[in-house]
This record gives sequence, structure tokens and C-alpha cells, in this order.
Amino acid sequence: MIQLPAGFHLRRDTLARSVVVRRSWPVFLDLCVAGLLLACFYAVVQIARYWNSTPRTDFAISLSPHALPMYAFFSIVRIGFAYLLSLAFALIYGYIAAYTPRLEGLMLACLDILQSIPVLSFLPGVMLAMVALVPGHQLGIEMGAIILIFTGQAWNIAYSFYASLKAIPRELTEAARIYNFSPIQRFFHLELPFATIGLIWNSMVSVAGGWFFLMACEMFILGSRDFRLPGLGSYLQTAAANGDFRAITYGLLTMIAIIVATDQLLWRPLIAWSDKFKFEQTESSNRVSSPLLHLLQHSTAISHLRQRTLRPVSEFFYRTSYKRRAIQHQQPASDSTVQKVLRYVAAGLFIGIVLFAATHAIVLLREVQPRQIGMIFLGAGATFLRVFAALLIGSAWTIPAGVAIGLHPRLARIAQPLAQIAASVPATAVFPVLLVAIVKAGGGLGIGSIALMLLGTQWYILFNVIAGAIAIPSDLREVGRLFRFSTVEKWKVIILPSIFPYLITGLVTASGGAWNASIVAEYFRLKNQTLSTFGLGAQISAATDAGQFPVLLWATIVMALIVVTINRLLWRPIYRIAETRYKLSA
Amino acid sequence: MQPAIIRAERVEKYYSQPSENRIQVISPTDLSIVQGEIIALLGPSGSGKSTLLRMLTGLSTPSAGQVYWHEAPIQSANVNVSIVFQSFALFPWLTVLENIEAPLKARGVDAATRRKRSLKILDTVGLDGFQAAYPKELSGGMRQRVGFARALVVEPEVLFMDEPFSALDVLTAENLRSELLELWHKRTIPTKSIFIVTHNIEEAVLLADRIIVLGRNPGHIRTDFRVNLAHPRDRKAAAFTQLVDYIYKVLTQPEAPAPALPNINGRRVRDQREMKYQMLPHARPGGIAGLLEFLLDHGGKSDIYRLADDLAFEIDDLLPIVEAASILKFLTVTEGDAAITALGTEYANAEILRQKEIFREAAVKNVLLLRQIVRALQSKSDHTVPEDFFHDTLDEVFSEEETVRQLETAINWGRYAEIFDFDSTRRRFTLPESALAEPESTFADAPEVEEEEKDKQETGL
Repeated sequence: MIQLPAGFHLRRDTLARSVVVRRSWPVFLDLCVAGLLLACFYAVVQIARYWNSTPRTDFAISLSPHALPMYAFFSIVRIGFAYLLSLAFALIYGYIAAYTPRLEGLMLACLDILQSIPVLSFLPGVMLAMVALVPGHQLGIEMGAIILIFTGQAWNIAYSFYASLKAIPRELTEAARIYNFSPIQRFFHLELPFATIGLIWNSMVSVAGGWFFLMACEMFILGSRDFRLPGLGSYLQTAAANGDFRAITYGLLTMIAIIVATDQLLWRPLIAWSDKFKFEQTESSNRVSSPLLHLLQHSTAISHLRQRTLRPVSEFFYRTSYKRRAIQHQQPASDSTVQKVLRYVAAGLFIGIVLFAATHAIVLLREVQPRQIGMIFLGAGATFLRVFAALLIGSAWTIPAGVAIGLHPRLARIAQPLAQIAASVPATAVFPVLLVAIVKAGGGLGIGSIALMLLGTQWYILFNVIAGAIAIPSDLREVGRLFRFSTVEKWKVIILPSIFPYLITGLVTASGGAWNASIVAEYFRLKNQTLSTFGLGAQISAATDAGQFPVLLWATIVMALIVVTINRLLWRPIYRIAETRYKLSA
Repeated sequence: MQPAIIRAERVEKYYSQPSENRIQVISPTDLSIVQGEIIALLGPSGSGKSTLLRMLTGLSTPSAGQVYWHEAPIQSANVNVSIVFQSFALFPWLTVLENIEAPLKARGVDAATRRKRSLKILDTVGLDGFQAAYPKELSGGMRQRVGFARALVVEPEVLFMDEPFSALDVLTAENLRSELLELWHKRTIPTKSIFIVTHNIEEAVLLADRIIVLGRNPGHIRTDFRVNLAHPRDRKAAAFTQLVDYIYKVLTQPEAPAPALPNINGRRVRDQREMKYQMLPHARPGGIAGLLEFLLDHGGKSDIYRLADDLAFEIDDLLPIVEAASILKFLTVTEGDAAITALGTEYANAEILRQKEIFREAAVKNVLLLRQIVRALQSKSDHTVPEDFFHDTLDEVFSEEETVRQLETAINWGRYAEIFDFDSTRRRFTLPESALAEPESTFADAPEVEEEEKDKQETGL
């Protein structure tokens, strides 16, 4: 008798069962998808009704838990729109920067500076403009908030897309050229896929940053006007001001739930999906898996939908773009002079507008008294010391903790998810609560502001240190054990040099974040009293409050200059040393 | 004579420098591709093989001269060519089928036809059943088959291949080569001509009807001849090995003087051969010592072709080492044979410290760049010179990429021979402590004042 290989029956059996599963699942999956679509429809209706309502600057924020889901929903929609806006901007900006050699340098410098400008300084201008633009609707204030969040999100995504475009391997670009890909085909077949992974990771960072500012700008005062948007941020601020601990707990729990849900329902499926865009020769073993992605990919309804909508549209595009090119081939470039003139006119107009705005801004700047300017620089010094203190305290606890987590896998399994949840709660959401506690304990905003900076930025250092510690090769550690290094020696020779590049990356991000946070941290309204401490951030916030635009402009420029200067003169050289001397890979 | 499909007329490639100089990569070259032939383009690295290929396909515009596609300038022509790339250049996010369909999409072919043609070509290259796989799930050989399928699906008139087999293992490469020949000879594919860039001499002799050998500094055609061996070709046949040997000789022979280059627009065209900075071959001292010892074991003299075979080296890997040893006068090359010199014998037999000493003397004597570094270090009071200083001078002679590689090699040699130290964080050359203590004895052989004048003329400083 022929011996069947072991497990043969078993395999046939499981095969049969999997066929059954494949048959019965799609119906269920389709039901899920239908449910999702219905929910989306309801959400759109709700948003439309709310945005069309007349503006109510003095929205009473209800502290009832029943109001929370709606508030949370509004906050999410705000973030969502701001993110989509950022993404669209980033793709266009990155594309132009990468393919227009004449503008490339200028556009990159712009990104660098825009990244350093404190976002919250834009708040009054943007708000007033938007309210004026869309009078009579809640939409105006809402758009202001969205644009504000956008200004905090767009730059790093744009930079990531630009860098990806520049890093496309030459042979792939040549393949696209030799086969005459149209710009559309090149974008969807080559450029966008190649940039996808970078875009997703940067989007995660950006959205987290978006929450930070959303919490701050859902409730603010501009001159005599008190703007309130129904949302999670205003809920938490009101709850803290009223000292309602039950509401605070509900609010924070909702916040955490939203963040965990975004992670599970959005980022994880995206990361799992983006695995196919990895530019690698072999398949990696540890892949992120996502049930939701599985659902979407295996739903017959969705694949039918794609067959009916996306396919024909893309086919149409490819056909027309080919035809257009064929026509172009027959009648080569004709009207270059008209185009050239148009381009010069456009450039001239643009430069004119910039010059006009710049001169007016300079006139505005001259209104400020020399004494006030002196105060601004003194304030900058105070904030600098605060940022420095926050970084120092942050490093003091995160370096040992991070190294411990990184070197002990068992500890990492417990600590890392906890740290991730803690880090994902935007510091501005916790800040009102924390501040009430500090004030009760007799402290002032001087300590409070450092605490907020710490709250927002220490995670960057921690996660980078953990990554660095994990990356220490085990043979290096074994050398340390072999030669019986003392603890001091071990840190000096092995650990600190190994984590150095990672630590610097963390500190650079943390430093930028701390400067930006100072605007929220140094000046705060609680109930009806205003807490503030001396510093550049407080000056920006106070100027915003009082509507003193010249001072606001001065302070903003000073802060941007400081951040750019510190980046150029301090971080960049250190970073270069880290990259050349302490990089572990050959 | 047949009309050419692609004809290059006096094409050249150079990079302009900020100063009046320019770096010539390829000197004016004429080349035609006619119907019914497989052309192999051979040449050492740096001879501009890939650059020439890209100009012939229209991917890269020549600095001067013109490429014609059926006698029309190639920029405005509707060119029908494909390239098979060394790195395959597949889109990893598309399945095998989508990869192959992509060029057809670009040509506006409708979905049904696209699918039919793609499946047919998949069948032709032996990839039936793999249409839904992603490239990263396939082996290297399979991936290159997808590369072939994608190139062939548009039915190109000329199929270009840029070292298509060099990323594959020997057996897979052999297999693919014979399948390609079969497709070509049986006219399974409508392609009229194949142009293959390679650095593998046997591959060229195995495949080609016509072989073009490029020389370098700047790239130019050394020889262009027809191969009249019948297919299938036998590697062991005398005619085959003779041909391989002949090409080795061409590749290793000292360059014949080329005619003087003309003045263009009042700018003096600087040919790299006029510069007295030799192009340092990128070989490591350890490799040079290893080669000499190997040569000694084989009686001190050997055919370079045999040498490559014995060492299982590609010619591209071996030639730089041979060239480096010959610059240092450790061996001489004549007619494709390498013979070790007395100095080379002494070097190979010496113990490690003495070896360094011999290397140091030979390097300082024969390599201008090293000599200049030493002299600059000795003349500075603090005995340190930034790398940028030499970078800027070399930049006038070599392309940016080559300058970096030249300095890298010089640093490598100098560190090994203890001619100087190099601080890689500050990017500075410094004199080693031993040399500081007794500079006289260490650099006794460094050429002194009388050569100063000559160096100045040489570098044009």
C-alpha cells in the first residue's frame, strides 16, 4: 500500500473548510461594508446641517456624557478635513519642488522656515479672514480651525513626498520614460507608490500633531470675541475650568478611545496595505496584519464597485492621454512665445504681491516701541531657558528608561504599548487638568509651562532612545560582558555612543515641539482668570488676545528666527557628527 | 548596405565645469544599428557603455552630434525600443501581469487586447501561471524573465539590454542567454535588432554577430568587428577562445594615441589623456598583494584571461587590480600577458612592514596625487591639509563622482602605506606621527625640488 504523506488527510480537510468559509464570508463582509456606507451618509448629513447653522460664538459646552460622542465626531471631522487639505497641498508642493529645478531651492527653504514658524501665531489672522469670508455660517469659524491645523500638518508630508520623488531609482524612471508613460501613468504607477510608505508614516506624525493644536484652538479668545467650537478640546477645557472630574475622566477616556480606534481602523490597515509598496527585493517576514484591511480586500461588493467605477475612469484617462500625445507628436510645439509672456506676467504679478505685502508688514513692524522689542527678546531668553529645562528633564528620565526598555524585550512588551497610549494623548488635552492640579498645589504657570512642554515632547526622546537601544548589536554588548566593563564604562563606551544618533533625532523634534508648545503653555485662561508667565509664548498669546498685530508679528518673527538658527547652528552640525561617527551600519 | 534603424553621428558627451574646462566622457562617435544583428558593446568600467546606450535610445541627449531613428532626429521621432535593465527595474507594487501591461497602457491599448498580448508574451518567456505574483515573490531569474516580457510585449524594433545577466547567478544567466538566442533565431519575436551592453567577454562572443569594444578616458570605439561563428557556439572551440583572447588583448593593451581634438567655440577641449593625474584604478592594496602572490605561484607570468579564469573573477574586477599593480611598477602588461617585475617579486615576498615600505616608495614615486598630498603636508607648518583642497583640483579633471572615488582610493592607499593619516570626521589629511618624528628618512624617496617644476606643468596649476 502506498504510504500517504503524514497530514495529507488533514490538509484536504482544511482545504475544504476554507472553501466553505470563502463562500459564506462575502455576504457578511458586504453587510459590514453596507453598514459603513450608511454610517458615512448619516455623518455627512449631520455635518452639513451643523455647518449651515448660524455662527454662535458663545456656544455653551455641555458637560453631559451624552454630548461627548457628537463632540468627538466634530473634532474628528475637523482633523480629517485638515489632513486631506494637507495631503493635497503636500502632493502638489512636493511635485512642483521636485520637478522644477528653478524653484527647487526656494521651495525647500520655504518648507524649512514654515516648519519652524509657531502655528498658533496664525490663529487671529486666519480666524478673522475666514469669518469675514463666510459670514452668517458656522462654516467660517470651522474653516479657520481647519486651516490652522493644516498649517501644522502639511510641511513634513510635503517634504517626505519631495524626498521620495528625489529618491526614485534611476532605472525605474528610465523604464517609465522608455515606455512613454504619460504623466498620469507615471504618477500612479511609479511616483505615488514609491512615496506611499513615507507619506503614511508622516501622516501619522502629522495627525498626532493636529490633535495637539485642535485641543488648543477649539476654544479661544480674540479681542472681545470668544470663539467656541463644539468639540472634544472645548469639552475638556470647560470640564477642567469647572473642576468637574467626572467629565474630565469621560473626556480623556473618549480621547484615548479615539486614538486607539484611529490606530486600529486607519493606520494599521494602511501600514499593512503599504507593505506591497516596500521597495525591497525579498519579502520580509514580520508583517503588520489588519482584519479591516482583509475585510475591504475580500469584499465582493467593493471589488464590483471598483470594476464599475475606477477601472473605466482610469482606462479613459490612459486612452485620452495617449491620443493627446499622438496629436502633439504630429504638430510639435507651436506657441512658446505666448506661454513665455504669460509666465513672465504671472511671475511679475506674484513678485509684486509679495513685495506689496512685505512692505506693509514692515510698516506694521515699525509701530512697535523699542522698549517692547527689548521685552520680546528678554521673553525669548526666558522661553529658551524653559525649553532647555524641559529637554534636560525629559532626557534625564527617558534615556535610562528608554535604554532599559530597549535592552529588555520582556519589559518592552509591557511598557511600550503603555508608553504609546500615553504619548498619543495630546498634551493640550491633559494640560487644563494638570494646570488645575498645579495651581491647587500652590505652583504657578512657570512650572506649569515646563510641565506642558515636557508632556508634549518627552515621547519623541523616549521612542527614539528605545529604537536606538534595540539597535545596539548584541555582539557589542557581549564584548562589554566579556571584558567585565563597569556600569559607567558600559554607558560611556557602548550605550551612549550607540544611541547618540537616535537621541539627537529625538531632541531635534522635541526642541521644535517645545518652542511651539510655549505659546499654549505660557498663557492660559482658566475659568475667568488669565494665568501667564513671562516669556515669548506668553507675549504671542497676549498679543493675540489683545489684537496687537504689530507685536504679534514681531514675536512670531523672533521665534521663527530662533528656531531656524538653533536648527542650523546647533542641531545640524551635531546631527552630521552623529551620522558620520556614531552610525552603526557600515 | 542596409539602411540603419538607429544611427549615431558624431555623438559625444561631456560635462561643463564652472571653469573653462570640460570633462569629456565620450568622444565623438559614429555608430549604426542595422536590421538582423545582435550587437554587443564591451568595455572597462568608466568607458561610457551605459551612457552610449542611453543616447542611442533617446533617453539621454548627446552634448553634441545627433542620433537618428530611421533617418529622423530621435527626439521628435516616434521611437519603438525597449530596455532590459540590469536591476530589472520592475515596479514592485504591481503584479507580474500589471507590470507587463503597463507599457501597453501607455500606448492606449484597450483592456482586452492588453490582457491577451501580455498573457501570450508571458507564455513565450516561460512565466505561465505567474501573472498574479508580485516581483518580490520571484527569484532573480524569474524577475528578469518578467523584465524581458515587459520589454518584448511592445514588440520593439530594437531591444536594448544593459548588462541584463550580471545580477544573476552563472547557471540562471546561461539558461536565459540560450533562451534569448532561441527566441531570436526562431524569429518568435518580431524584434529586428538586439543591442547588449556587457562586461562579460564570453557572453559577448557567445551571443553577438558584431562586437564593439570601447576604450576609456574618454570613451571611444577601440574596435568594431563581426563574429562569424555559427550558432550554437561552443566555448571550448579554438575559434571561440581565440576570439576571447583577442578581446582580452584589446582591453589590456596600452592605448594607441588618438588624433588631437579640435577647438570648439574657442574653448579648449580637454581630453582626459592630457591630464597627468592618472585615473587611479579602484583596487585595494590587499588585492594587489594577493594578485602578485598568485602570479609568483604561477611562475611570475600569466595570460590575464587565464588569470581571470583561475581566480573566477569577472574582468571588471580583475582589471583594476592589474592596472594598479602596473602603475606601481609591480608588474608589466604586454599583449594580454602580465609579468611580475623584480620590485613586485620583492614586494610579494616581503613581510608586512617591509611590504608597506616598498608600497610607500612605489606609490609616492608613481602616483602624482599621493606625491602632491605628501608635499602639501610637509610644506604646511601644522602638517594638516583639508580634503577639499585636493577635491577642488581633481574636480577640474574628473567628474564629481569620480573625484570622490579617486580621493577614496588615494586615502585607502595612503593609509595602508602610512604615507599620511586621514581624519574622517574633520575630512583632513595629517602626517603620521612616525613621519613627524623623522621626516627625512621616511620620505627619503619622495621626489624633491627638481620634479617640482614638472609637476606644476603636469597639473596645469
